[in-house]
Amino acid sequence: MTMHVTMTVNGSEVERDIEPRVLLVHFLREDLGLTGTHWGCDTSNCGTCVVQLDGEPVKSCTVLAAMADGHTVKTVEGLEQGGQLDPIQQGFMEEHGLQCGFCTPGMMLTARALLDRSPNPSEGEIREAISGQICRCTGYATIVRAVQWAAEHEGADAAGGGPTNGQLETEGAHA
Amino acid sequence: MQIPAPFDYARAASVDEAVALLARYGEDARLIAGGHSLLPMMKLRLARPEWLIDINALDELDFIRRDGNRLRIGALTRHRTLLDSDEVRALFPIITDAERVVADPVVRNRGTIGGSLCQADPAEDLSTVCTVLGAEAVIHGANGDRVIGMEDFHRGPYETAVEFDEMLTEVRLPIRERSSSAYEKVERRVGDWAVAAAGAGVTLAEDGTIADIAIGLTAVGVETRVADAEAVLRGRHPSDELIAQAGQAAARAAEPLADQRGSEEYKRHLADALTQRVVRRSIARIQTTGA
Repeated sequence: MTMHVTMTVNGSEVERDIEPRVLLVHFLREDLGLTGTHWGCDTSNCGTCVVQLDGEPVKSCTVLAAMADGHTVKTVEGLEQGGQLDPIQQGFMEEHGLQCGFCTPGMMLTARALLDRSPNPSEGEIREAISGQICRCTGYATIVRAVQWAAEHEGADAAGGGPTNGQLETEGAHA
Repeated sequence: MQIPAPFDYARAASVDEAVALLARYGEDARLIAGGHSLLPMMKLRLARPEWLIDINALDELDFIRRDGNRLRIGALTRHRTLLDSDEVRALFPIITDAERVVADPVVRNRGTIGGSLCQADPAEDLSTVCTVLGAEAVIHGANGDRVIGMEDFHRGPYETAVEFDEMLTEVRLPIRERSSSAYEKVERRVGDWAVAAAGAGVTLAEDGTIADIAIGLTAVGVETRVADAEAVLRGRHPSDELIAQAGQAAARAAEPLADQRGSEEYKRHLADALTQRVVRRSIARIQTTGA
């Protein structure tokens, strides 16, 4: 059986004919070429495959692409807008929120969803939000700081004075 | 790469359509909601349905509704919704306790109460919670609804009273005066299955004696309420000594299996300690809220 799916991925409508058993993570990576979403443990434990489905983080290795039919998906490729990094991405750079980068896309999508509903989360809330995702490099401390950095700088971004690609060199002014 | 075996997929637009599809495709069809139990089993070929019937579009089953002396929860209500519900926290804090430790926050965005109950994993939390709360399960089939208690619903590991052409649509929880509840789980890390967990629901009489009590255990080989532990406390004024005796009774009732999560002895110890804690917390919550 082949089925036709249509969904909005990072703001663009996509359609494909797929087998029902195709998992969303593989649909994104292989059918759409969006390899920023990583594929890890296959058991919904590690969380590297997290994307947003209708604005909520989900583990895309445990969602069928068929289940996203008619819905909206956001991947790490959709965070940057018009050459301007999302404050979450900027925060991960400023605070060294990544080393190997494997967990990073999933962490950033979860963090983005957290800040969307809770603009000033406590450290505890940040740690809770990412508790279903594993990082083997950072010990999480720098990830938490990256999310805090983003929370602190979102207002500036909304006011038009936000970070741009030309300002990515870390200045340490926020430390 | 773990990928399910091939299957056909249908999306139900109503409860009746879902049930009709189940009847049409027979025992080789399965409903899928959150999918966080079923899809991992399908990847490992522990489950191999020929048909998946997606019920995620059934918004009619996503509700939390007070209806007189009961709270009605739709089967498609996500764990996240239950965890965030102030009404649930006020009436049944055991649910909030348990939802805080069901899987992890991202999984909770997808997983549903109906899926958890129908999966009936021995280490699953909500079966214990619903048993302790005296829940009724509403099961819909071609001939309409039937309503059964959790004792009849939950038949054992991975087994429920839901027939292949039926679906769980709702859970109904009785609201009682001067009552509260609590749940506590020990897990090795976030998202892991329980090493052991315990839940309690307590109703106090006007004179402070325990009018009614329900105690349940998770992941230690006990599928029903722990009658021996309840009997220690029912009708009595709660005291440290009696609560300790109830904990010991729970430990005796437990039939845990030693595995990588712990020895039999350790799990029995947890059954004892966690039972004591949830009984104490339930009583304290009644006294705090004056409910």
